[in-house]
Amino acid sequence: MTMRVAVTVNGTEYARDVEPRLLLIHFIRDELGLTGSHWGCDTSNCGSCVVWLDATPVKACTVLAAMADGRSVRTVEDLEQDGCLDPVQQGFIECHGLQCGFCTPGMMMTARWLLDRNPDPAEAEIREVLSGLLCRCTGYENIVRSVRWAAEHAADHRGERQ
Amino acid sequence: MQVPSHVEYERASSVEHALALLGRPDHRVLAGGHSLIPMMKLRLAQPGVLVDINGLAELAYIKENGGQLRIGALARHADLLDSKIAGGRYPIFHDAERVVADPIVRLWGTIGGSLCQADPSEDLSAVFAAVRATAVIRGQDGDREVPVREFHLGPYETVIAPGELLAEIRVPVQPGTGSAYEKVARRVGDWSVAAAGAVLQLDGQTITEAGIGLTAVAAEHFVAAEAEDYLRGKPATEQNFGQAATIAAEHCHPVADQRGPEDYKRHLVAELTTRALRRAAARAGAPA
Repeated sequence: MTMRVAVTVNGTEYARDVEPRLLLIHFIRDELGLTGSHWGCDTSNCGSCVVWLDATPVKACTVLAAMADGRSVRTVEDLEQDGCLDPVQQGFIECHGLQCGFCTPGMMMTARWLLDRNPDPAEAEIREVLSGLLCRCTGYENIVRSVRWAAEHAADHRGERQ
Repeated sequence: MQVPSHVEYERASSVEHALALLGRPDHRVLAGGHSLIPMMKLRLAQPGVLVDINGLAELAYIKENGGQLRIGALARHADLLDSKIAGGRYPIFHDAERVVADPIVRLWGTIGGSLCQADPSEDLSAVFAAVRATAVIRGQDGDREVPVREFHLGPYETVIAPGELLAEIRVPVQPGTGSAYEKVARRVGDWSVAAAGAVLQLDGQTITEAGIGLTAVAAEHFVAAEAEDYLRGKPATEQNFGQAATIAAEHCHPVADQRGPEDYKRHLVAELTTRALRRAAARAGAPA
């Protein structure tokens, strides 16, 4: 049996009839076609699927779309505003924070959440908050640098149009 | 691709509504979902209907009231880690929460869900057993209180009956108390190979009450009761901590698995119990 799930994603309201067992990551990717969020390990270990549910990051492979009914979701597609990259995105460019890019949406959504709460995090705080996300390419060094770059350029920089 | 088993979904609009739904056959509480949903993917759990209680804000709180710390079942791990009240009274909560899963999972996983999941490797069961907490279980006829040491019937099994809901965990606030939690895991965010929590209440140098919780080593009720008995009334010394730790290691029942052989786990229990007792005593104000 299906149920009606209505979710505001990146400011746009969507409603779909889905099975209650549908995971939020598949709702976002397959039902809404927003493929920026990645479907990775399926076991809440890797964090590639992190989106915000209301204002809180969640591993979207471990939450049902039904649980998001009536709530809002923010995905990586919403970081860029009016053609300008979020400083976190710009930081990943400046500091080579990605290679294959698979983990990047989860890393960036988690970093944005951290910086909203703590605009000037120490390296240890960045590593702690990202500790539930896996990157197999970078060794994390450049990801941490990217987040620091975003922190240092938050006030004077909202990324250049690419 | 891991897909949860077929299920229906209901969202509880109040605790009363949740209790009414949970009284029906094959209905199961869905809180943070970070244990239940993975288990549904693996078909280790196949509930017929999920009752989503995430909207029940009246169950999400941490406060001190009437000489007791009161933790609503829907408080998240991150809430307990952030709580100055809880961490001030019982640093063991902050020790443990720092090593439960990872920061993102901790934003969603709930305290009540951890206890009700009754996973033998889950950290908070031993912590709440160590501090001698009480579970407040709500039913349509009112509340009943069950000591956490009697809450678990076995792996993945608790005393909560159909039509009931864990509402609150109460922890007595005692003066002169120190507490600590020590865990060894293979990597950050992983389940314990073994872990130990300790609570000591001191009168000067004398231990007036001791609580020792053990994680992932099949200790009965998650505690080392024989080691607690040994410590009660004795001075808080390294020698007594070492002896209590040896007793704790003897009386648990670890099994060899991919996390390590039995003798290694017993070794960990002894070492981690000693470390937890040492830190608990220091935090209780014992002279070094």
